[in-house]
Amino acid sequence: MDVGKILIDGLRAAVGVPAAAFAVSAVGLNLQFGYTGLLNFGHVGSMLLGAYGLAITVDLGGPMWLGVVAGIGAAVLFGLALGYPTLRLRADFLAITTIAASEILRLVFRSEFARPLTGGVFGIQSFADGFFALNPYPDGVYGLGTFRFDERQLWVMTLGWLLVGLGLAATRRLVYSPWGRTLKAVREDEDATASLGKNVFLIKLQSLMLGGAIGALGGMVLAIDQQNVNPDFFQPIVTFYVYTIVIMGGAATITGPVIGAVLFWFLFEAMDGFVGAAVELGWLGPWFDSTDVGPIRFAVFGLGLMLLMIFRPQGILGSREELMIDAR
Amino acid sequence: MPADFAADTAPGSTKPDAVLTVDGVFRKFGGLRAVDVAHLEVQRGTITSLIGPNGAGKTTLFNLLTGFDKPDGGEWHLDGGTLVGIASYQVARRGMVRTFQLTKSLARLTVLENVLLGAPDQPGERLSRALFGGWAAKEATNTEKAFSLLDQFGLTDKRDDYAGSLSGGQRKLLEMARALMVDPAVIMLDEPMAGVNPALTQDLLHHVKALRDEQGKTVVFIEHDMDVVMDISDWVVCLAEGAVISEGPPEHVSTDERVIDAYLGSTHGDHA
Repeated sequence: MDVGKILIDGLRAAVGVPAAAFAVSAVGLNLQFGYTGLLNFGHVGSMLLGAYGLAITVDLGGPMWLGVVAGIGAAVLFGLALGYPTLRLRADFLAITTIAASEILRLVFRSEFARPLTGGVFGIQSFADGFFALNPYPDGVYGLGTFRFDERQLWVMTLGWLLVGLGLAATRRLVYSPWGRTLKAVREDEDATASLGKNVFLIKLQSLMLGGAIGALGGMVLAIDQQNVNPDFFQPIVTFYVYTIVIMGGAATITGPVIGAVLFWFLFEAMDGFVGAAVELGWLGPWFDSTDVGPIRFAVFGLGLMLLMIFRPQGILGSREELMIDAR
Repeated sequence: MPADFAADTAPGSTKPDAVLTVDGVFRKFGGLRAVDVAHLEVQRGTITSLIGPNGAGKTTLFNLLTGFDKPDGGEWHLDGGTLVGIASYQVARRGMVRTFQLTKSLARLTVLENVLLGAPDQPGERLSRALFGGWAAKEATNTEKAFSLLDQFGLTDKRDDYAGSLSGGQRKLLEMARALMVDPAVIMLDEPMAGVNPALTQDLLHHVKALRDEQGKTVVFIEHDMDVVMDISDWVVCLAEGAVISEGPPEHVSTDERVIDAYLGSTHGDHA
């Protein structure tokens, strides 16, 4: 077993495009879930709209910047459409509605009648040429040994981590502002917040829409990297990856989602290498072969998440003191 | 220094300077009329206690008046302006703030943040301002005001602690400080003494009196302890089965046959 290679593969994933994209997306969910306490189980819907907003606009002949605007706009409207009818109700309704809505989006986008616009099950390809035309990195391979990226990957990584930085700066500014204080107040007790003259409904709606817009940016980064959008990437499980990332890093901490994303992709990739090698070496006995690597990886991941919840439920950056407070 | 005013003691009597008037407000839960107040006026600058046996509709009336529940009919006015159909947060902005029977401290905010949240007109609560700045000056003056309130309520030492770490009595104090930060004309306290240890009760009473005497607030509060009611009220209103059955100065109400009947006719608590 080549431990060095497994670790480097993990490291590569930890700084790569998916980690950056999921970090951006997690920054958005953290605003909704961590700071406002909204159980949005349809976060992947915002990512889908971001990706498709960009892809469809360019596919129809529009410029990329317009695609970015369209993607963000669509995600904001999605937040409005979800929040308006449900945010006056109990929290459970938002959870149910959002998970259903994100699935409806995916199914509509992959359907035959939507195919002229969305490409149906085939999706849309090659819509980010404009972005890659601006690539300042000369052709070539950068890095050492197996820790290498080509100029295209490097360019998308630059975009992704730049967005992460912007997202963190914005989060920091917002959560330390009076607006951020109202978010946390809503999370703690809606009635008390309303009794002090704060429009709870508006605060929740803003959080949902802003978090959705940030989620859309994450979706765009993924789409640009692949030069491909496909409806079946945007399964509900993606939402739960993002939840894992937020909780692992520490919900309601500023940099938690980013730490979570880096760690998530490191573990995900390193686990893949490790389990694959372990199966090959016969460590798992005759019961598992190479086709089981994927499922085993998920099982181990789930176990890790359970252990995290038991021994460090506040995540890596969260404060245990804060979590232990009796929230009567 | 109880406020002095003359009003007759028939249920629903008019007051010389009513800040809050209630007309025909009723709320049905199924077939039960939980609240059915024909007419009620609250005199400005007084401490008015709302008493009545369990289930008399005191908290429901609070909920209705502050927009946390909607009545099936009736209207009510604060300082002449109608509050019918006004959302709870708007009621607070118009100058009537309530507290809750089960204290709702914002546990994972600090004590100071709890109080700062009460400040009205903080431009930084708008998303655009939060992002682009322009709220620091207001926050500084708010913080000063919050410090003086915390000082007044003896919570200065606790200001950087999470509100969730406070004792029950301290939470009641915090809720009062927070409500005052809104700078309301009328403050509605739902059982501010409930679940508070006796040593703190006197302290709380002192604060409630100070609201009237030093800040000129009108206080409406729900209380079960008759000693407390007798001690601090300028006016007492007794509800039974949702309706006002008696009102007047404390000594009038405490000897009113209808009030005694209402209490004895229901499950009997530790009333005097």
